[in-house]
Amino acid sequence: MNGRKRGRFARQTGWNVLGLAIFVVMVFPVFWMLSTAFKSNEQIISLNPTWFPLHPTIQHFRDAIHRPFFWVDVKNSLIIVSVTVAISIVLAFLAAIALARYRFGGRKLFIVLVIGIQMLPQAGLIIPLYVVLARYHQTNALTGVIVTYMTFVLPFSVWTLRGFLLGIPKELEEAAMVDGSTRVGVFMKILLPLMGPGLVATSVFAFITTWNEYIFARVLLNDQSKQTVTVWLSYFSGSSRHTDWGALMAASSLTAIPVVIFFLLVQRRIAFGLTQGAVRG
Amino acid sequence: MVPAVETTFDRSRRRRRFWNRTLQGAVPYGLIAPIVVVIAVILGYPLYWLVKLSTERYGLFELIRHSGTSIGLDNYRSVLRDSIFWHTLLRTVIFTAANVTLTMVIGTLLALLLVRVSTVVRILLSSGLVLVWSMPVVVAVQIWYWMTNYQNGVVNYALTKLGFGNFFQHDWYATTFSQLSLTTLLIVWGALPFVVITLYAGLAQVPRDLVEAAEVDGARGWRVFLDITLPILRPILLILTSLSIIWDFGVFTQPYLLIGQSKIVPGNYLMSVYLFEEGYFKSDYGRGAAISLLMLLMVAVLSVVYVRKMVRIGDAQ
Repeated sequence: MNGRKRGRFARQTGWNVLGLAIFVVMVFPVFWMLSTAFKSNEQIISLNPTWFPLHPTIQHFRDAIHRPFFWVDVKNSLIIVSVTVAISIVLAFLAAIALARYRFGGRKLFIVLVIGIQMLPQAGLIIPLYVVLARYHQTNALTGVIVTYMTFVLPFSVWTLRGFLLGIPKELEEAAMVDGSTRVGVFMKILLPLMGPGLVATSVFAFITTWNEYIFARVLLNDQSKQTVTVWLSYFSGSSRHTDWGALMAASSLTAIPVVIFFLLVQRRIAFGLTQGAVRG
Repeated sequence: MVPAVETTFDRSRRRRRFWNRTLQGAVPYGLIAPIVVVIAVILGYPLYWLVKLSTERYGLFELIRHSGTSIGLDNYRSVLRDSIFWHTLLRTVIFTAANVTLTMVIGTLLALLLVRVSTVVRILLSSGLVLVWSMPVVVAVQIWYWMTNYQNGVVNYALTKLGFGNFFQHDWYATTFSQLSLTTLLIVWGALPFVVITLYAGLAQVPRDLVEAAEVDGARGWRVFLDITLPILRPILLILTSLSIIWDFGVFTQPYLLIGQSKIVPGNYLMSVYLFEEGYFKSDYGRGAAISLLMLLMVAVLSVVYVRKMVRIGDAQ
């Protein structure tokens, strides 16, 4: 046994311990949310907190879902998210094909538009969007929110789908064209099936961003029965002096669950879609 | 007779070819037409209104009446003479600088650590990062608020137990500095996963044999990082930094909700919050529009590097 080897082993252990420590610090808030959500009230407000729930209870989850407007607002979120994503993906897919497969005059301008819009801070748009939608009586209406959500979902989807399209070799389509397929035929028989995973990943990621969105919904929807889940959650503790921490953490967990599940499913693909421009640059 | 027939035949074929080519050329325009029209309506039209609003007196009364009163550049004059605007701008710049520096430095260190740990720890740590990445911002704010609660918050308990002093009933929302520091922690925590995972993907491109050769030649870890790793990571670092600057400069949800748990006052405004409070909350849409335009212009300047790089990538393919 030489010292060099032992030194390397000690160093490796050191890195591992550090890695584990960082894992604990990073994940702790999520753990604490879940742990609190299952604790009894006495345990939550105890001055000597315990790490794990001693007698796990689902009472807080029951309280959370029985709060006024929970189910209505979940329904609103689902409607807004699905309509936004459905429309956006169709429109974005067409534009992505143009970007990935054709060269045309004004292409560069279109790229600038797609990238530039994604950089606009949402807060900077709330005033004009609110005033314009108020003119057409679309504030406090789900359609108004859907329209505003498309402002950020559309450009994002175009860029991501374009990335996925570039991963499909052009030769496949050209071969089919030589064999006498029409453009529509090539689209239906080759592009669509091959793009399946990319379309799913992009839709899911668009789903997550719209589900999580806060500021547009906060500005446009004042009626409690029209709000989205994130706005509902943001008002949870604001109403009373004594916050019901257990219910708040249960409500937070419920809001996060669909996102976490979807995110874990597509993260690998979407990380590829998001970074392929950056990493390969 | 015969040549004449041939000419008409030729001409009709040429015409058909001409039409075919024109149709071919029209395909990409047909594909982008729907999205261009939609974007023009849902974004172009509001942006036109933004410019128009910024030159008008437009409050609740005008909102109901659906038309404002033109007042020239008075809104801009009012904003630029407002000391709150300049203080907010300065605060936002410092806040952004702190967030971006912390995110990028810690992010780079964590990505380098991810390469060094053993496989089990790497999988554990990266799954943890993905879990954090997936947390909705509003949820993260609520967790932060609960952890830093002065009475039962686990942060006060842990800091006291770990011997950092007496944090019993310490109020983290008492001073502006403390409020903004908490917000910074929240933002950095949420931003790290994306940065670390992207940088880690970039590190995979660092050729192993190059590093080993340098080590055989006696280069220390620090030199290897500066001479080999950093140049390869440079383009990714540049993109991530500009993205972080743009995002953190315009951040709204985290400061608005977290600081809002105690109280939003002009003394703790960040740019987006200032715009929300002065424009939307006080129903002074004209002045709010002027602030929005100024803010959009600043972000446009900040985005130049990023947009140019991305457009070059997109145009090349």
